[in-house]
This record gives sequence, structure tokens and C-alpha cells, in this order.
Amino acid sequence: MSIDVVNVSKAFGGFRAVDDVSVSFGRGRLTALLGPSGGGKSTLLRIIAGLEEPDSGRVYVDGQDMTHVPARRRGVGFVFQHYAAFPHMTVRDNVGFGLRVARVDRTTRARRVDELLDLVHLQGLAERYPAELSGGQRQRMALARALAVEPRLLLLVEPFGALDVKVRAELRAWLRHLHEQVNATTLFVTHDQEEAMELADQIVLVNEGRIEQVGTPEDLYDRPANEFVMAFLGATTRLGGVAVRPHDIEVFTDPVDGGTQAMIERVVGLGFHSRIEAALPDGSDVTVQLTRAHAHELELRTGDIVYLRAIAGAASHAG
Amino acid sequence: MAEAAAALPRPWPRLTAKVGGSLGPGAALLYLCLLVGLPVAALADRAATTHFWSAVTAPQARSALELTVAMAVLTAVIDAVTGVLVAWVLVRDRFVGRGLVNAVIDLPFALPTIVAGLVLLSLYGPGSPVGIDVAQTRMAVLLALLFVTLPFVVRAVQPVLLALDRETEEAAACLGARPWQAFRLVVWPAIRPATAVGAGLAFARALGEFGSIVLISGNLPFHTQVASVFISGRVESGDIPGAAAVSVVLLAVALVTLAALDLVVRRSRRRG
Repeated sequence: MSIDVVNVSKAFGGFRAVDDVSVSFGRGRLTALLGPSGGGKSTLLRIIAGLEEPDSGRVYVDGQDMTHVPARRRGVGFVFQHYAAFPHMTVRDNVGFGLRVARVDRTTRARRVDELLDLVHLQGLAERYPAELSGGQRQRMALARALAVEPRLLLLVEPFGALDVKVRAELRAWLRHLHEQVNATTLFVTHDQEEAMELADQIVLVNEGRIEQVGTPEDLYDRPANEFVMAFLGATTRLGGVAVRPHDIEVFTDPVDGGTQAMIERVVGLGFHSRIEAALPDGSDVTVQLTRAHAHELELRTGDIVYLRAIAGAASHAG
Repeated sequence: MAEAAAALPRPWPRLTAKVGGSLGPGAALLYLCLLVGLPVAALADRAATTHFWSAVTAPQARSALELTVAMAVLTAVIDAVTGVLVAWVLVRDRFVGRGLVNAVIDLPFALPTIVAGLVLLSLYGPGSPVGIDVAQTRMAVLLALLFVTLPFVVRAVQPVLLALDRETEEAAACLGARPWQAFRLVVWPAIRPATAVGAGLAFARALGEFGSIVLISGNLPFHTQVASVFISGRVESGDIPGAAAVSVVLLAVALVTLAALDLVVRRSRRRG
């Protein structure tokens, strides 16, 4: 289903969590709501789910006004950051909860739950209690529980936030795959730009209750709307008063058109690439990232004078 | 689950193992013996010297015991419902005077029960300012018991409700549950053990309640006379063994209640 959020605002006390936001999410797409903590992205997701009522504005699902429809009638699958497992129910009863309150008969329910447990690779753990599962298993149980009601819209809050790095990488690939399998419009909240870039078709960058930019991961990385977006998506450095990415700076050992003179202060080998820290004549510092091979070729050493120039067409922002 | 239960330490062997080793447990046990064990033994001894069974089954004694247990059960059941309701309102609702209401809940604990009895008599007795006179009825007994046992369930359930993960209810809502379904299927299982414990304590308290009842009930034999008041009457008329016999029955019921509560707590602990 498609979602249109129109002029939505929500304040908690004096704090404007969501500030006049309008955004659309296309059918069947996987969208990341990316931004720093406390920026309002979770509140926006909760408003879409019906867990929070906006102070003003409207939420349309497939063109239908859902602003005041309670969560239970929205048919939305919601996965909470800490999973919100029902602790006194087995995995089977957790996953089957939505079917139970919908009065689906016992046999159908059992069959459906088994299918879902297969889908999330939890076969054999059906009779366990949530406390007896690992973090990754609990996450997958929460996902199966949300999918049981066959939502056309799946919302996830920091889906990998509480997991360790290795499990996180596995689950990412798996979630991408799952999204294609279940054919739901999926929105997830994250503060991790790498996660957003790896998983999402579309990124909505949210900061201080407002949307900074909407686009594909490439759009945001290569054509950031402002310096905040640019800095949030990856490393930046300043060359001649302009923000550029460290890997978008070319290094020359001889003077070159449009080049800025700089003295190398430090060369740091970081495996595949090397980081050059240099000082400009005006005293400001600049960081350049090169492949190790390229750095070797140029024979860069501390104290050398080099000429730096941003690559043509590189993402940049005058600040 | 069975393994988890088996892995729990059994309290008794641990206790005996430590008694010989250190002074602390020994002193605590001695204190408990003097304070609880000795009086219980003395009571049992007194009761045993007479025709225990005939004293307990005498019509007036039996009537008092039956009334006491029935009233205590009714009190526990009503407390379970109203206590959960009050705890819910105190934890979930924001209203003016919430802090005051929260503080007042403990009043029945702080108030000497005879004072409570006097207040109830002047409020719901002859010449009631609110026009309700229930003095010398069983309703008066129930009212007094409900008053003195009010805090048990409220105070048992309140912390559990506070600690409850609100997101589980939101998850239930997203899965299509109506508010009452979310309560019944998600909240209630979490607060059930605390409710049972609170109601059990209220029941035990109601079994022995004296001060708040003695004034307003009128102590009519076969009608409003509860066991504690009956016992007091026996003592005053010099029938100590008769009083002891009825006391032992009360004690036995209280012990069974406590054992049942212990079971409830243990069972709820198995789930993490």
C-alpha cells in the first residue's frame, strides 16, 4: 500500500518531535527513515502505525484518510526495537496472537504459525518462551508475529539496534530478502547510514522533526541537498571553504589548474586505503583518502608539498 | 521449564545446612520460635486438652467460623477486582489529586482498626449522616473488612503495572487486539500472581479482623458474629479451651492460605 503523510506535526510538551512533515512512501518499496537519535523518525513511524495521534495533519493509506483510525484496524505489522515479546506466551502463541484475536480456528492457526516459523528459521523453537531465545531469535519471532496478520505495511524500529555486529549483518541480508518475499511496503527507522544505504530503495533523512531529503541512497550520497545530509551519509572534509568527501580529492605532486597547495602532516595506512592529513596555507586541515596503491605510487611523505583538487562532479557543499 | 524448577534451591536443606555454621540464622530462628512458634504451640496445647471437636462444632462456634471464612473469601474476591482497578487508575491515569489518593490508600494500614470501626459506625450506623444504616448486618461486616484490606491488592499490583512494558500492549493493538483483549491476554497474565498474592493476604487478614468489626457488627450470634469476636467472648466468659479450639481452626486456615500463596509465587517465577 502507498502512504501519504501530509503536514503532520506532533509535540510532546514543548518539544516538537515532528514538525510539519509531508512525505510519501511508494507501494512495495523498502524505505529507511534515517536520522540522528531524537530527530523524530520513530514518532513519525508511530503516527503512521496509529500508535500516536498527530496534533495536526493527515495520514492517507492508499488514498484513504486513516488519521484517526485506531492501530488495531490499520492492518500494520509493527516490530518494536526491543521486540515487545509477550513474556508469558510461547513462541507459538506469540506468533499466533494476531490470528487468535482475529478468531482464526486452531488448526489454521497452527499451520500458519508453522509456515511463519519456517520463514524466519525458528522451526523447533515453537514451545520455548521468549526469555529462552537469543536476541536475534527474538527479533525474528517479533517479525513473524507481525507478519502473521499479513500486513501490507511493515514498520520496524531500529530492527538491528539491539544486536551484535555479526548477527546484524546476517539479519540485514535476510530482511532484504524477506521484504521481496512478503511483498509488503516496508519502512524502517535507523540511525545507521550504512544500514540504510545497504537495505533501502529509498531513504528519508529526518532531523529535528523535519525532512532534510528524500531519495535513493545514491541521490543522498552523491547529490546531498545540504551539508547536514552530506555529513550524515559519510565522511566530509573542507577544501577551500567547501565540504567534499575525502575520497573525492585528487592529489598531485606538481602544480595543477585549480589545485590548492598543501603540506602533508601525516600519512596513515588503513589497509585497503590510506589517509593523508594535510595543512592548507591558511592553516586549516584537510583529510584525503586514497587507495594504498595510489598513495605508494605518489611516494607521499610527511613534509611534502602537494596540490589538492576536488574531482569534477563530486558531491560538495559550500558552507 | 521442569528443569528450571528443579534447579531452584530448596529452602529447607539450605537453611539447616547453615544453622550450625553461623550465629545469624540461629538467632533469627530463636526469635521466630519465641515470637511465633511458642504461642502457636501453647495455643495448640490448650486446644488439645479439651474436647476439641465438640468445641469447634458447637452451633455458635461453627456459625462464627463459617461466616468468617465466607466473608473473607468474598472480601478477597472483591478486593481482587477493585484493587486491580484502583492500581490501574493510579498507574495509568493522570488526574488532579492522584498523589493524595495514592497516599490515602495506606490509611487503613495506619489507622488503628478500632478507630476504623468507630468511623464506620458513625458513618454507616444509626443516625448516619449519609442516610445508610447497615449496623448489625452482614453488610457491615463486609464493609469493615473491605476497608481494612483495601491496600493489599493495590500495593501488590501497582509495582508490577509500573514495570510492565507498555510496548507489549501496543504490539497487541497492532495485531488487532481490542483494549480489553490486550488487557486479558497480555496485561492480566503479568499481574495475575501479584493479584493472587494481594487477595490472599487480604483473605488472611480478614480471617482475624476484630477491631473494625466489633462495634458495627453488633455481634449477633448466628448472624453477624465472626470468629475473632466469638473467641473474645469465650475468653471473657472463662472458656479458654473453647476459645483456643476455634483459634486453632483459624490458624490452620491461615497457614493453608499462606502455603497456597507460596505456590502461586513459585509457579509464576518459573517464567523469566
